[in-house]
Amino acid sequence: MKKYLLLSLALFASPVMAQTVAITGGKVVIGDGSAPIENGTVVVRDGKVVAAGANVPVPANTRTIDAQGRWITPGIFAGFSRVGLVEIGAVRQTNDSSGGTSGYNASIDVEPAINPRASAIAVSRSAGVTRAVVAPSTGENIFAGFGAIIDLGQDYDAVTKARAFQFVEFGESGAAEAGGSRSALYTEFRAMLAEAARYARSPGSYDSDILRRSDAKALQDVMSGKVRLVVHVERASDILQLIKLGRQYPRIKWVMAGVSEGWLVADQIAASGIPVIASALNSLPEAFERTAATQSNIGRMQRAGVNVAIGMINDNDAHQLRYSAQYAGNLVALSNVPGATGLSWDEAFAAITSGPARTLGLEASIGSLKPGRVGDVVIWDGDPLELSSAPVAVFVDGVEQSLDNRQARLRDRYRTPEEGALPKAYDR
Amino acid sequence: MRIFLLAPLLSIAMVGCAANSSDESVQSNSSADTGKQASQQERVRFSDNPYPSTYKPYPSNPTAITGATIYDGEGGRIDNGVVFLSGGKITSVGGPDTPVPADVIVLDGTGKYVTPGIIDVHSHLGNYPSPSVDAVSDGNEITGPVTPDVWAEHGVWPQDPGFSRALSNGGITSLQILPGSANLFGGRSVTLKNVSARTTQAMKFPDAPYGLKMACGENPKRVYGSRRQKPGSRMGNMALNRQTWARAVEYKRRWDKYDEDGGSAPTRNIGMETLKGALEGKIKIHNHCYRADEMALVIDMSKEFGYTISAFHHAVESYKIADLLRDNDICSAVWADWWGFKLEAYDAIPENAALIENAGACAIVHSDDQDQIQRLNQEAAKALADGRRMGLQISDATAIQWITYNAAKALGIEERTGSLKEGKMADVVLWNSNPLSVYARPEKVWVDGALLFDANDPSRRPVSDFELGQPGEGDVK
Repeated sequence: MKKYLLLSLALFASPVMAQTVAITGGKVVIGDGSAPIENGTVVVRDGKVVAAGANVPVPANTRTIDAQGRWITPGIFAGFSRVGLVEIGAVRQTNDSSGGTSGYNASIDVEPAINPRASAIAVSRSAGVTRAVVAPSTGENIFAGFGAIIDLGQDYDAVTKARAFQFVEFGESGAAEAGGSRSALYTEFRAMLAEAARYARSPGSYDSDILRRSDAKALQDVMSGKVRLVVHVERASDILQLIKLGRQYPRIKWVMAGVSEGWLVADQIAASGIPVIASALNSLPEAFERTAATQSNIGRMQRAGVNVAIGMINDNDAHQLRYSAQYAGNLVALSNVPGATGLSWDEAFAAITSGPARTLGLEASIGSLKPGRVGDVVIWDGDPLELSSAPVAVFVDGVEQSLDNRQARLRDRYRTPEEGALPKAYDR
Repeated sequence: MRIFLLAPLLSIAMVGCAANSSDESVQSNSSADTGKQASQQERVRFSDNPYPSTYKPYPSNPTAITGATIYDGEGGRIDNGVVFLSGGKITSVGGPDTPVPADVIVLDGTGKYVTPGIIDVHSHLGNYPSPSVDAVSDGNEITGPVTPDVWAEHGVWPQDPGFSRALSNGGITSLQILPGSANLFGGRSVTLKNVSARTTQAMKFPDAPYGLKMACGENPKRVYGSRRQKPGSRMGNMALNRQTWARAVEYKRRWDKYDEDGGSAPTRNIGMETLKGALEGKIKIHNHCYRADEMALVIDMSKEFGYTISAFHHAVESYKIADLLRDNDICSAVWADWWGFKLEAYDAIPENAALIENAGACAIVHSDDQDQIQRLNQEAAKALADGRRMGLQISDATAIQWITYNAAKALGIEERTGSLKEGKMADVVLWNSNPLSVYARPEKVWVDGALLFDANDPSRRPVSDFELGQPGEGDVK
């Protein structure tokens, strides 16, 4: 898959090709939870990180960027999103987030629907987000289809990994999709997997009222563990049921998303080894399945040994990936609130970089500045989790990116609202 | 104390109830003609305040905060400052030499920050509460596009756990609950003190003016157009708005005439009473409106019928007409950076608040959200940072004004709260660090001098009835 990516980059891609770049003199954050390194250097070559840290030699004939007084970090990896599938949420022609009423479910694949020129990609990129997990929404079934990992670069080659995971709704949403109850949800889930198993035994003669042939085929890689199964689940009892299901289907590689009541059963989640992509700041019982929601959830799970990262599940997930850093910063803030459990700064930054990569088994290639990882690097004008900070340069796969976007163009046009010698339409 | 006139059939029975009438219009009329005054006193009237506030401040202890950085809510900043609260009021605010009586609680604010209580001018806590289920979704009377007769306070559930989160995480001490935006005329809003109570009346900000929620654009035309009902277009929105205002003007004229001349009283109309109050300037107009061109139309409409607009809400394109808004003295209540969820929010930019401020117009940062109300300070901080990054010179203290004084002004309560000025309500937040930082949280929150949240004291953390006996009851949230 990675070979394919590089090949396609070479064939179609970008106006600016990946070069060797050394960024020097900044505060380097590796993104793996280790402490920032003062006066560090990051070297990127052929789209990959070569070295990052203190005392890193700068190769000869290398473009060097002085980052004194600045921070150098891996790009933010949005742990759960619908970016690239939606231009405007309420304009249905531009919203490709779900399979809708098509009748297809597990075989839905977001890959061809990703629009690298979606406005939200450029907006998010200029805020330092360089990769994202992109999940489909459910249509009329608990299975939503295959999600992808994408980069937020300005070229058309966005998809890092297609069919990176299958997404399924449990809990209240899943119950609604399955006919109105959790009982129906679990029955449907088991029935669909049984049908998929039947398909595996004799694909040629497969015929089913429950699961279309294409959907049964799509589930094969999920059942074998080749493709992860990301499950949206919130309530503590649903989490425990899922852990139990995990034992019954040991080949499936489960990942939980949402998990607002995870802290209630954090020890069991940790023992199960199932990774978690959690909403960071849910604090309200907005649904009955989130009655125990607290912003301390992630911190408590982390303390219990859960493999946990931050994602934005059903939370401005097509447009506001830039909230990732703010959310992480809020978890740091909890460290100063008596009785609350937050994350250290290092943990919090990891939760929006290497953390999501780790939950999806991609930590060897994405999410940190360790050697060999994708050359997604951001230079910030200050602490990247702080509200006043912003990127001054963004690299994706080693290629420096434009930080321009529609919003910046509108801003510049209306710097003063009054019309000049010509109407605003001439001002650009 | 404003009194509405009563329909004739009910008149005799109600006379006694309105004996304490001191209606301003009656008084002004009576000064012109004492003979007429006698006849006017025979007019029968309704209370305009039939669901009055029963809010009472909780007991407070005289408290001084010393050594803190103070943002006063009106753009001022005092380093190493002193704030002294007593009797539920702000007694003094000043520099390190400000005298503090000997026998009061003194809190060392070194390294900490003090702001006025944060005010959210746009919230649906209580009428779209948590849990978000149909049984308690009471924010939109979605049965018709013109419902000025409905009042938000009749659909506010005081047990919404969101109130407590807004207090403890966000330092919110006052907030306006608005009807939703499905309707052109959504109904009356209510301004609350963020003090947990058994009844909504016991949360009502005493004597705060009512607001009227109006809505432009996509929502009304979508909701009703999809039912093949007017309005199905922006033309329909404006047509129905104008027809309704024309009726309101006529309604007001009939009542003014009755008030002046007596005779047979017009029929009382609950919705028209609200619009009459808006035409008289007693009820503040809060107009949900995204696009610049639509705001400009609404401004003309307000002049056509003779009312004023307190604030455009959401107002994502205010930056395009900031001069027009300044010239018409209309506030814009905006998000820091929400965008793209619908077409009329497509041109939202994160510099909106800063550009409004820069043009000399009134900027407010609002939430319209049960989560962002818990970090309105952060939203203001982002809006400030984006403005500075484009080169606008805006102070930290001004960004705090966006979520305090300016919000109070749009609500008509700026004489009593929204800034740290002597004699005002002691609605105050002590932050553990700079509230414009992502790392800051409220440490203590006072409402009318009463300490109602203390991060160091779990017994000073409100827990709604809904949360009792549930997993996570009384947890830090």
